[in-house]
Amino acid sequence: MNKCNRNRRRELGYFLLFIGMSLAGVSVFVLIPFADVIRRSFMTVMSGEFAGLDNYRTVIGNQAFRLAVGNTLHFVGVAIPLLVVISLAAALVLSRIRDIRVIKSLYLFPMALPTATVVIVWRMFFYRQDFGSLVVSYLWKNTGYTIVLWLAGIAGIPNELVEAARVDGANGLQCLLFVKLPCLKGSVYTIVILSFLNSMKIYREAYLVGGSYPGRDIYLLQHTFNNWYVNLEFDKMAAASVMVAGVLFVFILLFQHYSQR
Amino acid sequence: MGIKRFLRMASEAVTKFIFIAAGIVICAPVFLVVTGSVMGQGDLYECLAPVFQQGTGFVSWKLIPQYPTVENYIHLLFYSPEFFVLFWNSAKLVSLILLGQMFVGVPAAWAFATYRVRGKNVIFTIYVVLMLLPFQVTMLSSYLTLDSMSLLNTHWAVILPAVFGTFPIFVIYGGFRSLPIALIEAARIDGAGELRIFWLLGIGLGKGGILSALVLGFLEYWNMIEQPFAFLEDKTLWPLSLYLPEISWTQAGSAFAASVVMLVPAVFVFVMGQDYLEQGIVYSGLKG
Repeated sequence: MNKCNRNRRRELGYFLLFIGMSLAGVSVFVLIPFADVIRRSFMTVMSGEFAGLDNYRTVIGNQAFRLAVGNTLHFVGVAIPLLVVISLAAALVLSRIRDIRVIKSLYLFPMALPTATVVIVWRMFFYRQDFGSLVVSYLWKNTGYTIVLWLAGIAGIPNELVEAARVDGANGLQCLLFVKLPCLKGSVYTIVILSFLNSMKIYREAYLVGGSYPGRDIYLLQHTFNNWYVNLEFDKMAAASVMVAGVLFVFILLFQHYSQR
Repeated sequence: MGIKRFLRMASEAVTKFIFIAAGIVICAPVFLVVTGSVMGQGDLYECLAPVFQQGTGFVSWKLIPQYPTVENYIHLLFYSPEFFVLFWNSAKLVSLILLGQMFVGVPAAWAFATYRVRGKNVIFTIYVVLMLLPFQVTMLSSYLTLDSMSLLNTHWAVILPAVFGTFPIFVIYGGFRSLPIALIEAARIDGAGELRIFWLLGIGLGKGGILSALVLGFLEYWNMIEQPFAFLEDKTLWPLSLYLPEISWTQAGSAFAASVVMLVPAVFVFVMGQDYLEQGIVYSGLKG
């Protein structure tokens, strides 16, 4: 009993030793400052008086913020499902072909291209700056990444399972629907999370093509934050940061809970 | 049997061909940038006319320029000293960020991978959330911190927050997870100290994850836009990724040439590190 306890304390000690630097840095640069931002979100920016929920009310009533939230949700809601489905289809086909190294390279290549390099091309073809072109450039950049993730998931499906289904007389479609897809459920969590992470980076394209005030359809949440930042409207920024972080946090907890059941 | 096998091979070849053709289309922007960089003023103006006029009609492009020229490169490399400053800014920022990330992230990933501690899952979840927060959401808190440390408008304002980013930890952790636990147990029974085990097994055998994190990190930070834009006012401190879009259309030639120069290191890392890139993507698939 005693030995067990000591062992546990020893493990905790080493855990903290190894993670210490990261934990300290994260606290100093993100966690503590963010706690301060939460405090600020209830204050007026000038006099520092307690303002209750005023900042939140202002932000929620703000036209630009509403437009940006709508557009961002629209983008995430359209682009992520498209990306996930297209790359799953491609991965299912590719998993049955040998020697796909060259193909993977071609599809991953856009990841290596700096946005600033490609923007010059985007500006040539997408000078209309519409929603569609944003979705296309997201798919263009991330399809390879997502195909690789799906391929890893597909490689993890036990072969015996598929063989057994075949022996029992399942055709290709049945194999796909009742054997392969259920096995891939575990990959969905990862893939959606990472696709979301990358979907936030689309702001680079939107900003570099359209600047701070792009077309109405592609005015994203990040634009709002950026413009508030430039105008030093920190009270609005604080309230909006807290709301976005809160929504994301709850979303991730729910998603984690749901996908690990 | 013979016919069936032939049919299967034929269908495989056709599928492959379709995928490769689509892949070449996907990579087309690079050809445009490269051909643009060797076009003279006249050629470029002709091709880009619709952009200048903001009108409708598509940009036309010549796959092979009529009069290829290196004047754009000469102009860029010999007559624009500011270009070099920006290039070195980029190189400095990226290398210091990656160095710091390894210094901080490798031990942190090791802690997640080897020790069973209560509360580990909570920290893990917090790190996932931090990874997913868009830069803009933490922009204000970063600004306030950097301001209080008087680091704004210095390269450290971009480097330090990135060093403590949590994404590389998950990639490196993925590499460590592929090490057999039994190996670590065996080393412990043989009396190796924890630090020694970390050094020999973690860094020695878990190199794959570390290199993967470096490749992914390079591609990410070579492409950094938001952070320097928010925290660096002085344009001589800017990285290339932020400066390129500032070049106006009237200097399209230089813009194309600068794009190619910016492209070269990224393509080099991509080609050399493709296996690690793929592995890193797989590792980034976070499994708690």
